[in-house]
Amino acid sequence: MGSVTTPTPVEIEEPDVSEVVELENPWVTIVWNDPVNLMSYVAYVFRNYFGYTEAKATELMLAVHHEGKAIVSSGSREQMERHVQAMHEYGLWATLQRADE
Amino acid sequence: MKPFKRRRRGGLVATFEPGEAQVLASLAGQVVELLRDRNGESQSEADPLAGQLGLGGPSLPPEDPVLQRLLPDAYRDDAEDSAEFRRFTERSLTSAKVANAEAILAALVAAGLDDVDDEETLEVELDAEAAQSWLRSLTDIRLSLAVRLGIEDDDDAMLLARSEDEAVVAMTELYDWLGYVQETLVTSLP
Repeated sequence: MGSVTTPTPVEIEEPDVSEVVELENPWVTIVWNDPVNLMSYVAYVFRNYFGYTEAKATELMLAVHHEGKAIVSSGSREQMERHVQAMHEYGLWATLQRADE
Repeated sequence: MKPFKRRRRGGLVATFEPGEAQVLASLAGQVVELLRDRNGESQSEADPLAGQLGLGGPSLPPEDPVLQRLLPDAYRDDAEDSAEFRRFTERSLTSAKVANAEAILAALVAAGLDDVDDEETLEVELDAEAAQSWLRSLTDIRLSLAVRLGIEDDDDAMLLARSEDEAVVAMTELYDWLGYVQETLVTSLP
């Protein structure tokens, strides 16, 4: 399950900035909308699990509700797998994928 | 039911009618049974050492639609990665969900569930840890009911309340009531 970050090849002199960002944060956790979870609960989970402010947690909760999904975190594959498992324990519907998918 | 409120010293308190407490205990018990059945299913095939290390759980998603929702795939379009993730994590997720449902039962028993007469109400008091278990397990119970009722979008619950099938209406009312219990718990947490 380990993921190996491909090192930036040394021969590239001017790396594309967006590429560098992707290498730093190559995976994301997505929370999908469902008709069961209460809006108050989803915001509570984002605030308490991820440590987001009330404003940020509410913004993400509304994004999930209105757009059907939201990226709630990005980082290494291992981190995202931990987050997805935690979201599943909370009963939220979450998946992880590469940021560029 | 009197909704959850936070006491000054930090505990969360709600009062349940005996019938409400019995229904909640029954639903929590059903979640425990369903999850235990899932763990029992694959235990015989598992490598014992891997089992002791908490590894080597099932790699295929459950066939039961309720369990599918409680133990979802971690990768949306990648069955292989989902199977690998499930093999390493499903056991501990299942155990956590069982422990959360058992925390509901324990709090109801502590409030006098086993020897309550019909006149009395049950005062349930939760510490911070029990409140977290209740939040998560109330979600699992509501997800289970929603799957059984076929609730797939925001309008479904409202339509079901107008069903001509009395059993569906009763289950929908129960689903709504559990949402109310959870809402009062979420909003009374710090």
